[in-house]
Amino acid sequence: MFGRQFFIDPSRCIGCEACVNACAECDNHRGESMIHLDFIDRRQTIATVPSVCMHCDDPTCAQVCPADAIKKTEDGVVQSSLKPRCISCSNCVLACPFGIPKVMVRQEQMMKCDMCYDRTSVGKKPMCATVCPSQALSYVPLEEILKGRREKPTNVFFFGKQKVTTKVYMMVPQTMDAVSVDVVDYMWEEQA
Amino acid sequence: MAKAPQHPESLVERYGPNPSYTPSGGWQKGSEAPPDRLVKTHCCFCGQQCGIKLKVRENRVVGFEPWEEFPFNEGKLCPKGVKRYMQNEHPDRLLSPLMRAPSGDFREAKWDEALDFTAQSLRAIQEKHGKDAVAIYGGASLTSEKSYLLGKFARVALGTRHIDYNGRLCMVSAGTAYKMAFGVDRSPNPWSDIPKAHVVLVTGANVAECAPITTDYIWRMRDNGGKLIVIDPRMTPITRNADLYLPVRPGTDVALMLGLLHVVLRDNLTDPKFIADHTVGFEEVEASARPWTPHQTAELTGVPPDAIEKAARLFAGADRAIALHARGIEHQSKGVENVLSVINLCLATGNIGREGAGCMMITGQGNGQGGREHGQKCDQLPGQRSISDPAAREHVAKVWGITPDEMPQAGLSAMEIMEAIHRGEIKGLLSMCFNPLVSLPDSNYVREALEKLEFFGVVDFFLSETAHHADVVLAGSLQEEEEGIVCTAEGRVVHIQQAVTPPEGARNDWAIYVDLAKRLGKEKFFPYKAPREIFDELREASRGGPADYFGISYEKVDREMGVFWPCPTEDHPGTPRLFEGAKFFHKDGKARFLVTEYRPSGDPVDETHPIYLTTGRVVSHYLSGTQTRRIGALVDQYPVPRVEIHPRLAEACGIANENWVTVTTKRSAMTLQALVVKTIRPDTVFIPYHWAGLQSANQLTHRTLDPRSKIPEFKVSACRIEKAAAAPDWARDAKPPGRSQRAPKRELRVIQ
Repeated sequence: MFGRQFFIDPSRCIGCEACVNACAECDNHRGESMIHLDFIDRRQTIATVPSVCMHCDDPTCAQVCPADAIKKTEDGVVQSSLKPRCISCSNCVLACPFGIPKVMVRQEQMMKCDMCYDRTSVGKKPMCATVCPSQALSYVPLEEILKGRREKPTNVFFFGKQKVTTKVYMMVPQTMDAVSVDVVDYMWEEQA
Repeated sequence: MAKAPQHPESLVERYGPNPSYTPSGGWQKGSEAPPDRLVKTHCCFCGQQCGIKLKVRENRVVGFEPWEEFPFNEGKLCPKGVKRYMQNEHPDRLLSPLMRAPSGDFREAKWDEALDFTAQSLRAIQEKHGKDAVAIYGGASLTSEKSYLLGKFARVALGTRHIDYNGRLCMVSAGTAYKMAFGVDRSPNPWSDIPKAHVVLVTGANVAECAPITTDYIWRMRDNGGKLIVIDPRMTPITRNADLYLPVRPGTDVALMLGLLHVVLRDNLTDPKFIADHTVGFEEVEASARPWTPHQTAELTGVPPDAIEKAARLFAGADRAIALHARGIEHQSKGVENVLSVINLCLATGNIGREGAGCMMITGQGNGQGGREHGQKCDQLPGQRSISDPAAREHVAKVWGITPDEMPQAGLSAMEIMEAIHRGEIKGLLSMCFNPLVSLPDSNYVREALEKLEFFGVVDFFLSETAHHADVVLAGSLQEEEEGIVCTAEGRVVHIQQAVTPPEGARNDWAIYVDLAKRLGKEKFFPYKAPREIFDELREASRGGPADYFGISYEKVDREMGVFWPCPTEDHPGTPRLFEGAKFFHKDGKARFLVTEYRPSGDPVDETHPIYLTTGRVVSHYLSGTQTRRIGALVDQYPVPRVEIHPRLAEACGIANENWVTVTTKRSAMTLQALVVKTIRPDTVFIPYHWAGLQSANQLTHRTLDPRSKIPEFKVSACRIEKAAAAPDWARDAKPPGRSQRAPKRELRVIQ
């Protein structure tokens, strides 16, 4: 939006949780953080990963929602559930291939990262990508990322024959065009 | 008095640390009503001094906005910066002076009574025992105006030579080494040079947790094709992208640098022209590195010979290389020599005074740079002048309106002051912005010393653990309640704006000292009505010194987003990079190679204490935790200290992850939970130091000081560890572990 895109580069993450804390400062859901920050396995490594909503072009969460409570804006941002419609069934939580939505018990609805829609829809950067000290989360023009980084962005993911394209980019090695996480994606299977 | 009240529980109940989870005005209101003002200022925590905009409504700080235009951090903040605003209207805030009731407990007092008592007590001690029987402690989170004021207060209002500050636990090793080698104490390069380097060597610096914003500078260096070398006994988060990782054994840094220099000399990778034209002393250093073959170095440091060879060739082979260092090498009884050994490597390879090439200290505290330049250091006068230099004494005495003879000579350093208190030589102490009971080594000794004080006064906004021992606590101001300037790690002078006024009952720090000076009969030397007047005098006092601020004004700082000193005239553009054209600050313009030698630590490992103990920080806390242990989100992130142990050592000791472990040194013992991780050397354990009492890592550390810088050796102690029979009492109320302390997850979050 406004010429900028969202990029995630887990290899830059230092696990500081500035994003987690800043997310709770977003006026849309002040006091609640929507970001996931995972220490992959602290016993083995200092590696950490931040996850924000990938904002799928055809969001799985919305596909499986029995209450039709999850909507995407015209500019491609998938919103938290509509409060009057959401029945807190957790279908979206289970279905999201990236593991993003959370059912918030207190609010009795699914909430998730909405790319700080109050900010990004008026030309500001999202809170997390603004504060991120290592720019594991960045919100900059695509050209800047293509020019400046060792890795390259992709927004094509395969989850066992489910192809998902997203608004948010993941930084991957230069040799990689899409992310596939399931052996099935690498298998030859006769088409039915 | 100086004994803590009998019932610390009631003190904690009223004054904390109680973690606050709700901002001023509540979460909801912040979203509904727009702020009255956005105040462009800086974070109150570390030496990077990130730009931030504070949201102010009805004289309260209710939130923040990133300040993307400020060039250093461009809106970036660490979790401490994000949550810093939560200190405003904190329930623990001191809203009145405190004095002791006859019972020994604190009672609220009127300002006049508290100030009168403070001045009378200090004067009575001085009349009976001499001027030097009282000491002043300052801190490097104070603005430069307040640091300057404290130095003048000690020397003019009290006439004591004993003033020192908590920067003694921070930047003095680096500062001493840089003054010896270069003639000035400042990082020579601006941070914008880091991405331009072809190789960056980081030694003893947990950049990701202690200077988080610097991480992106290093990542951009790698994006540009540069290589990263990390030297640390622990794999800190930046190690995840290190091209070369050297797991140095604690306390052997000098040897490792000599080993690198040995390879550089052996393979003729030096810059002979630079050495010949711009340095002195090379031959002696060359000779000192000769015995340190890679094999010999490996034996002592525990770093493989081929990694030493690779690191030396990478660093010396680059056209532009930068060495970044911090407390890891500086918090040692040979902290100065460790830094000199890094400087020697940079000088030998001609990496200094150029774009993308240099030797850079990462200053730790908010005003760690500015706070040491203008007179609260025991041996310095404003402008980074030596107090033993007759010309400097004359200049500053003239600005102050005293004679050079009235100017006291150099006093004792921070730890030495505490030792003089313990010996009974210093009987009165006035402290601001310092929590020595948590931050000085050997905290049981520090407590004994505090209990011996005849008078102890504290100026602070929260009641620190040290302040429990005070006779008088004067309720001071938060960073955002007072205008002033600070100097960042880069040497960039920035402007702290007053966003709000202190709450009723609390006062501005500078005004408290002006009022005390008045009560000491020295009113005419302290005529200030506002920080700006103090700054104008500071500019004069610094004029012509190495840290020359004369050409700096608040307005110029605002206009130019900071001004790098030296800036001698109003039309001077400031000096982002020192030593350009290889011109150093010594009279002959040359840099000094200085010989460094390996020595054992002041607390060497032995048969009874075979494990190295090292201490440091975590990302969500700041120093002694007086502020961050009061901010709920930061507490939850890392609620209590844990001891990091490698699985190999843990297994040998029969310790599993999350077991309670007793760590014992020759001073004391403490029990805390194990964090068993493969990211630390198996001969070393690590404990973060932000907590007080039985959770304080400094119960274990020792009082050995670097002979020149007087910095304590926090980074190298000898200990033994064993599984504890039971959890300590404090564990009953402990919060659940933070994300970085939890056992590995066995199930992933619904990923198909």
